[in-house]
Amino acid sequence: MYQYTDFDRAFLAERNAQFRQQVERRISGALTEDEFKPLRLMNGVYLQLHAYMLRVAVPYGTLNSAQMRKLAELAERWDKGYGHFTTRQNIQYNWPKLSDIPDMLDALAEVNLHAIQTSGNTIRNVTADHFAGAAADEIADPRPVAELIRQWSTDHPEFQFLPRKFKIAVTGSPNDRAVTKAHDIGLRMVERDGEAGFEVIVGGGLGRTPMIGKVVRDFLPRADLLPYLEAIVSVYNLLGRRDNKYKARIKITVHENGLEKIRSLVEERFATLRAQFGGVDQEMLKGIEAQFAPPAFHASDSDDFQAAYDSDPVFRSWVDTNVTAHRRDDHAIVSISLKAHGKTPGDATAAQMRVMADLAKEHAYDELRISHEQNVILPHVPRAALPRLHAALKTAGLGTANIGLVSDIIACPGMDYCALATARSIPIAQEISERFDALKLEHEIGDLKIKISGCINACGHHHVGHIGILGLDRAGVENYQITLGGDGTETAEIGQRAGPGFSADEIVPAVERLVLGYLDLRASADETFLQAYRRLGPAPFKALLYPEAREKAA
Amino acid sequence: MPRQFTPKVVTANALIEGDVVYLTSRDDWTRLLHEAEVLTDEAHAELRLLEASARHHEAVGVYLADVKLEAGIPQPTHFREDFRRTGPSNYFHGKQAESRNS
Repeated sequence: MYQYTDFDRAFLAERNAQFRQQVERRISGALTEDEFKPLRLMNGVYLQLHAYMLRVAVPYGTLNSAQMRKLAELAERWDKGYGHFTTRQNIQYNWPKLSDIPDMLDALAEVNLHAIQTSGNTIRNVTADHFAGAAADEIADPRPVAELIRQWSTDHPEFQFLPRKFKIAVTGSPNDRAVTKAHDIGLRMVERDGEAGFEVIVGGGLGRTPMIGKVVRDFLPRADLLPYLEAIVSVYNLLGRRDNKYKARIKITVHENGLEKIRSLVEERFATLRAQFGGVDQEMLKGIEAQFAPPAFHASDSDDFQAAYDSDPVFRSWVDTNVTAHRRDDHAIVSISLKAHGKTPGDATAAQMRVMADLAKEHAYDELRISHEQNVILPHVPRAALPRLHAALKTAGLGTANIGLVSDIIACPGMDYCALATARSIPIAQEISERFDALKLEHEIGDLKIKISGCINACGHHHVGHIGILGLDRAGVENYQITLGGDGTETAEIGQRAGPGFSADEIVPAVERLVLGYLDLRASADETFLQAYRRLGPAPFKALLYPEAREKAA
Repeated sequence: MPRQFTPKVVTANALIEGDVVYLTSRDDWTRLLHEAEVLTDEAHAELRLLEASARHHEAVGVYLADVKLEAGIPQPTHFREDFRRTGPSNYFHGKQAESRNS
């Protein structure tokens, strides 16, 4: 993985020293909150409902064990012993004191981590396919390019005050695991005539006005990536609306101006910029690529694996749901579920973080990933190590076999923490996962993505959930709306609202009716919820949600 | 007819800890809603809000929150204020877990 240069270290040290002084001036009263707020936001510090929150970037979702241990140390020393992994490959600490945050940032810098541009109207943490470098379907590892984008966008003088925040996601596989179509810019690696390049998608996003991104360039040679990205962001910087916060994202700019106009402006700007870059970015990329060389894989005998798989049903169930094919037959990709039934989606204790770090070091070439689905990935595990790995995970409460199933729910922090939320998300996720665990039907139900947001900003990606749940405040009471048929992959679609919302007491039974009803509606056990929904349309699913309406109509 | 003024408290988050605080009639901040000064007069409430807002070296995001009086003790009227007074529902953290001042 990428090793910081002296330049990177000096830059981070200087930024941290500046922020330390800014915090001191705030505490001494030399800075008002109005003066301080933009400064803290540049460094990932929010003020939430009960405390400050520090959002730390995990660039393109990649960590080594030393970094994961440092995240555990922060949780223990300066927080309440846990951290929350988010849908944008960040980790959030919910309880830091303002006066401690400079020390936390210095501790992170020891392992090349930071919180720069995890908030504010800047280019945010660049996210990537969490199976990058390991997936069997991959054209090339997207992380060198993601690191190049991180370096280019960090402290980019032209892009520190964009009309609104700006999120970029990149994937090297045709199967989109990075939700690229719901980002301001999505990059999908594609091949043409044997050459790898990018399909460039622009103007996707969820939130108040959900939109699927549009292809602005169907094939961009890899060498043109940075000047092209700079062209898009600079066109947006001039054209994006600053008069209305809710119309300021690039999705609205594209919508209001039309894709054709955006495309011609971008191409025009690109023609100028391309000459100015002069290839220096490609030289840097070469250096970065060398650092993302795959580990020295050692051959793995699969006898131990097969014996355990044949004899241990708990292990077998875990392998069937949580293990994905690796590009080497004798290795596997392991998804560690942070969705134990009844627990908070995406939370890990300091002790669990250390267990995952140790296991990565021992069995997985020292690599970990954070997924946008709030789980942790060990991307390279020799198959022979799987039984021991599973046993260790189980002991640490990390052995839940539910990846991609009903209880693998994305949930934003909601009104339990977030100052913007209109309702809680976490308790709904906890109740749904407990309910389906009690029914013992998860594996029979199969692939089903439930995603919950506690306000219309949609951090919980509810629009792209097969079942999306949106928590709202209706006349001072929590109320939950259901959307159906959303999809965050390469066949992305925005879910459609099913009908009137449900109270906090009604929402879990409503989801249960919907999911159990699907079991009767599906054509076969192989037809997923989303496939059944696409085949049958919303009517039978709405009837499951609103039986009283059906009775009235009858 | 003008809308009747409902009882309120001045609330904010503490500058260093970031936790929820309420203004008392003694002009200091308390972590406990039941110790807050209950404002029943609109003009007085506006004045107290202004005074509290000037204390930007102690508290952040000062505003007036609705309360209802039950046996003379202020209680939140909205679930958001109830969570602010209590803490998150997924862990026993925050105010519900703190014994200080109570």
